[in-house]
Amino acid sequence: MAKGTISFDWITILIYLLLISFGWMNIYSASLGDAPSGIFDFNEIYGKQAIWIILGLFMIIIILSIEAKFYMKFSSVFYIITLVSILGLFAFGKTINGATSWYVFGGVSIQPAEFAKVGTTLALANYLGDIQTNIKLFSHQLKAFFIIVLPALIILPQPDAGSAMVYAAFLFPLYREGLSGIYLFLGFAGITVFILTLVLGPFYVAIAVVVVCLLSLLQKKRRRPKPLVILGIIIGAVALSYSVDYIFENVFEQRHRDRFNIVLGKEVDARGIGYNTNQSEIAIGSGGWLGKGWTEGTQTKGQFVPEQHTDYIFSTVGEEWGFLGTSLVVLLFMGLLFRLLFLAERQKSTFHRVYGYSLVGIMFIHFLVNIGMVTGIFPTVGIPLPFFSYGGSGLWGFTILLFIFIKLDSERMAF
Amino acid sequence: MRRLLLYIIIITTGFIFIGRLFYLQIVDDSFAGLSEDNAIKVVYDYPQRGYIFDRNGELLVSNQPSYDVMAIPRNIKPFDTAEFCSILKLTPEQLSKKLDKAKIYSPRLPSIIVPQLTKSEYAYLQEKMRKYPGFYIQKRSLRDYQTQNGSNVLGYIAEVNNKIIDENPYYISGDLIGKQGVEGQYEELLRGIKGVKYIQKDRFNRDIGPFKEGIFDTLPKKGKDVTLSIDAMLQAYGEKLMENKRGGIVAIEPATGEILSLVTAPSYDPALLVGRKRSANFTKFYNDTYSKPLYDRGLLAEYPPGSPFKTINALIALQEDVVDIHDKFSCNRGYVYGRGRKLGCHAHASPLDMIPGIAQSCNAYFANVYRRIIEKYPTPQEGIDTWAKHLNSFGLGEFLGYDLPAGRSGKIPTSEYYNKIYEYPTYKWFATATISNAIGQGEVLMTPIQLANMTATIANRGWFYTPHILKNIEGESISDPDYTKKNFTTIDSEHFIPVIEGMHQVYKVGTASALQIPGIEIAGKTGTAENFTKINGKRTQLTDHSIFIAFAPVDNPKIAIAVFVENGYWGGRYAGRIASLMIEKYLKNSISRKDMETWVLTHSLEDEYLKPLSGEPFSINK
Repeated sequence: MAKGTISFDWITILIYLLLISFGWMNIYSASLGDAPSGIFDFNEIYGKQAIWIILGLFMIIIILSIEAKFYMKFSSVFYIITLVSILGLFAFGKTINGATSWYVFGGVSIQPAEFAKVGTTLALANYLGDIQTNIKLFSHQLKAFFIIVLPALIILPQPDAGSAMVYAAFLFPLYREGLSGIYLFLGFAGITVFILTLVLGPFYVAIAVVVVCLLSLLQKKRRRPKPLVILGIIIGAVALSYSVDYIFENVFEQRHRDRFNIVLGKEVDARGIGYNTNQSEIAIGSGGWLGKGWTEGTQTKGQFVPEQHTDYIFSTVGEEWGFLGTSLVVLLFMGLLFRLLFLAERQKSTFHRVYGYSLVGIMFIHFLVNIGMVTGIFPTVGIPLPFFSYGGSGLWGFTILLFIFIKLDSERMAF
Repeated sequence: MRRLLLYIIIITTGFIFIGRLFYLQIVDDSFAGLSEDNAIKVVYDYPQRGYIFDRNGELLVSNQPSYDVMAIPRNIKPFDTAEFCSILKLTPEQLSKKLDKAKIYSPRLPSIIVPQLTKSEYAYLQEKMRKYPGFYIQKRSLRDYQTQNGSNVLGYIAEVNNKIIDENPYYISGDLIGKQGVEGQYEELLRGIKGVKYIQKDRFNRDIGPFKEGIFDTLPKKGKDVTLSIDAMLQAYGEKLMENKRGGIVAIEPATGEILSLVTAPSYDPALLVGRKRSANFTKFYNDTYSKPLYDRGLLAEYPPGSPFKTINALIALQEDVVDIHDKFSCNRGYVYGRGRKLGCHAHASPLDMIPGIAQSCNAYFANVYRRIIEKYPTPQEGIDTWAKHLNSFGLGEFLGYDLPAGRSGKIPTSEYYNKIYEYPTYKWFATATISNAIGQGEVLMTPIQLANMTATIANRGWFYTPHILKNIEGESISDPDYTKKNFTTIDSEHFIPVIEGMHQVYKVGTASALQIPGIEIAGKTGTAENFTKINGKRTQLTDHSIFIAFAPVDNPKIAIAVFVENGYWGGRYAGRIASLMIEKYLKNSISRKDMETWVLTHSLEDEYLKPLSGEPFSINK
């Protein structure tokens, strides 16, 4: 192919730049002290973030100038570096906010879990892109799961359940490549039963499952599931329901129970564990249509929302930019995800497509869990909003993840 | 499907989020209001309440600083309750009750927990305040009374109740408001307007500066200083004379309608209703149904006016042209009307024409005059209504419209009233059935201030300014047309000449001849009013009320006064003496007849008031 056909997807890059800039404006507001200093003041949170962003732009140039083949060829190496870096946390990691997730060099702390997604994505894309891999085979499914679950299992006990949960995103590329829908169905059904159990209790869930299954018997004979399958579903669902109840009451710690109960509206305790969510809702709710204006948010100034510049940055958007700002951010994310899906779908090679789907999946999970948490729909799980939340590691992790794909896309004709 | 799944999930999620945000930011407005914003603390800046001066510029009421302990319930963290209670002399139960109440009012707005600390309590607590997050001390100004008199005129200051808060959004819980008297009437003038500051807070409830550089803040506006028409010296003297008696004194400057003094007895020191002892004292006064210190007899008590009323009957008769001042009527110890019915009178020369008739207060004379007024018209109904209309023009039988929040309309009967009680047209009634009106007994009722205004109207020969207590606001004289426009009566001014001469003769030769003041020409009229009470459901007559009206000097009236002394027996006995002393005090600023003053000061009517409560038979008019 001629070099002239190589071009970067400028729509994606534009949305990226919009999100990064708007994100920084909100970080600036949320971390603004009494005496504003230069925007590149490394002693201030917004100053640090500005520097990460500028350095990130240089990094993008480097990523885009490396040939796409490089990422494909060395995907296994990246994966191994990833595993070593997150394993190394157990020996050299520093504990911040109760999680041993950081390396600290001088004044800079790095969270390897944010970069681990890149290595895992490359490794999964490489495995599925292999001409010998057939995802319909159980043994190959097992291998793929292994690639995904290994980093998740290392991250989980740090403890960083939020980051580990993100690895569920890899179900999307697997499904796209031919993994049976039953996995997604079982996952979805399991989550439904899980939540319903917490809301209604196992007894009613069991009755509901039996009723649904009996109703399915009314279908035409040809489409009717076999009685054994139905029995299996009933037993499985009821067992899950009761075990969820058991696990919830006996295995979960109180803080986990609290987080779920708040979202399910079972316990309202605005000053206690629900404080974060409540403050966040107050901040967003006080924004109204157009918000209070940039750096004019009273809740933001008063620092009522904990971790506002990181996981709760979206509440600053809500307070200062109102419904206009929040819906714009949601639409920007939807636009970015759609664009990336479109790009992923037009790839000719499996490696490229799996990489694209993984990227979309990961960003979507972050988007879903973060905004869901900040608006009080989801339990409190601490993961950042891509390109928005403060943090060099997160920013760079997502930037690398995204721009490798842009590079891959630009060279798609070559493969 | 494999290609579409993520699109569907992303779209669904996006719409759920936008819906949720729409709900949080637009639909649910529970987070919207500025005052409900937990990042903003609202601090009120209370201005100084206006000072109150008497007509001569003497300071009556000023302010003193006071300190309230406030709490914002949601900001309270666990604290050393025992220490807190011991500083404030509260029991833990009282404290938790107050905190509960504050929480119910609003968890985010401040409530008063302990009002009006003493200086030493404040000094001590101020040091420890940082140990009690959620509590703070608010400085406020309280009334400081420079006088022991005129509590009924001044009114008092109280904390607003929930009803006031609901009706008037200016007030919030714990605010003070003027009640009764001048404080109540001119609340908006005196209080000024409180300022408000919005302060940005952080999550530790620390102030981090003014919200939006203070663009929503307002400065307090100081209350206006007011000057009353009251003469503090005369007011104090009146209250002193009325000690151990019940009743009221109202003195008015006829030329202006300004109320010079408004005495009610018994009364109390206004300082008793300030500070933390306020509520205990108020409850004590409120529950005293026996002497009713909170009841302003000068404005609220409706008494039969008695003989002073005869002066108006004389005026009406002259205006209606039913009598000539030289027409004589004979009196044989009373006036006989109908079979065996007699309106009694005392011993005096007979027959009499108008001037001696007034001077001697002859009942028979006025019974004849009254009948002529009523019987001038074809029916007694028309007669009564014409008579009543003349009386209304004196401000009788209706609210006078003075600038104090308490009052009664008194009563002037009309044909409607008599038709009802005599069951007209089943039964007919005639002038004789209402004959008691001739002498100010019967159905006529007046408040002391109405009686004083009537006196001022006579002094003015036929007009009056509506009595008022406010003289000027920060040096600027009042311009309210209600108080600066003359009200003319329906009586021509020429008819006042013989009536005033009669009232002058009251002092010269008549019923008040013993009350003359050397060097001052006074016109007056005594009154003695029968009155009744119910004891165990039985109508029982009590000792007569002692009534007196007067104005002086006759040719250039400076003061018109009405005095009511409950159960003081005849007019000259208590009311006449008190009126005479008041006039002398006001016009000469000294008392020449010390023996009369001593008599009033040393005589008490407390025994008289105990009689109907004793449960035993008692004699009256002794």
